[in-house]
Amino acid sequence: MVPSAAEAPSPTEYIVHHITYLTNEAPRGVVDFSVVNYDSVFFSILLAVAFGGFFYVAARRATAGVPGRFQGFVEWVVEWVDSQVKDAFSGKSRLIAPLALTIFCWVLLFNLMDLIPIDLLPDAARGTGLGHLRDVPSTDLNVVFGLSLTVFALVLYYGVKMKGLGGFVGEFALNPFKSRNVVLQALYVPVNLIMEVPSFLARPVSLALRLYGNIYAGEMVFALLALLTLSRGFAALASPTGWLFIVVQAALGVIWSLFDAFIALLQAFIFMILTIIYLSQACEHH
Amino acid sequence: MNINLTLIIQMIVFVLLVGFVMRWVWPNILRAVDERTRKIALGLAAAEKGQQDLAQAEQRSDAVLREARERAHQIVEQAQRRANEMIEHARSSASAEGQRLLTAAQQQIELEAAQARDSLRKDVAQLAIDTASKLLEREIDARAHADLIDKLAARI
Repeated sequence: MVPSAAEAPSPTEYIVHHITYLTNEAPRGVVDFSVVNYDSVFFSILLAVAFGGFFYVAARRATAGVPGRFQGFVEWVVEWVDSQVKDAFSGKSRLIAPLALTIFCWVLLFNLMDLIPIDLLPDAARGTGLGHLRDVPSTDLNVVFGLSLTVFALVLYYGVKMKGLGGFVGEFALNPFKSRNVVLQALYVPVNLIMEVPSFLARPVSLALRLYGNIYAGEMVFALLALLTLSRGFAALASPTGWLFIVVQAALGVIWSLFDAFIALLQAFIFMILTIIYLSQACEHH
Repeated sequence: MNINLTLIIQMIVFVLLVGFVMRWVWPNILRAVDERTRKIALGLAAAEKGQQDLAQAEQRSDAVLREARERAHQIVEQAQRRANEMIEHARSSASAEGQRLLTAAQQQIELEAAQARDSLRKDVAQLAIDTASKLLEREIDARAHADLIDKLAARI
């Protein structure tokens, strides 16, 4: 990362630098809507364009004839997502399947950004005068909550639309404890609400934090591996011990990259499946 | 680590992206897939129908072939029967003709033999008369003794 040992940052400096966003101004407090994370927005939109463009070209070229490899791949992904949606969701909806496809592909691309060598893009950004750069959007709470809250809003919308406001609220008030006795049921209602409402409200939080936590942890491991050779810089090339550290870091990096690619796929899949399940629950009558 | 405007931007981008996929990507790809599925189903059905047609045609050609073979067999049999009849006929007519010729020849022979016997008888009678007249040295009136000669000839 740095040319010589003398200029090397301390491990703390390195990691703090690495987890600082490129913002328009320093945030004041935990919630500050005057701040924008340029890096997250940039990479999020870039990957959205990449995904959208790739699939748009495939959709434009899609024919019912013999498919080429490109079309075959895209159709394979689309049909796989479609089958996942059909397995979990019995009703008909024009929204859920495209939503699931978007979530899966977009989140997967977010997560795979983790596999780009950790200092490559930040150092390139420094070359153009940008002090900080975080290139993995799913390690930004704003991004993951942006996804999960949108899904949550859709769950509310579909729940009220399919069941009516009364039916939607009734599901919280009348489950899991129910009775034919009206008095007894009236006593159950508060208990039910206390149990069900927090668990419902916890959904978008858990959905976002599960993704965030996994990918953030993966990124941290790459940062910690980078610390192995951090203080030595190019001086490491001059000593056998330095070479040993380089080899160890490279080997561990390869192993962790393979594991992290698996995590990336798994978390994208989980996010998609949970979205489908939440939406299908919102649409189903009990 | 804070919540900021990025959240709102992310939600907007997300909604736009989902709308884009819903409008321009998903239906097109699925339509192509469904269309191909339909085509493949049609193709398979056509192939099956073709096979059925082929089987039917084979059955028909088998039937035609069998019939033709039977016909040929019948014709050959008929021809043989007819040839046998003709041979039989020829043989029977030939034997009848032979019989007829034989009978005619026998009749001829008998006739000639009778004639010969007759003339021989007459010759013998004449000879006997000649001999007798020479012996008696007198003319026997042939006419007067014709009756006697005839009786003599009949006895011989």
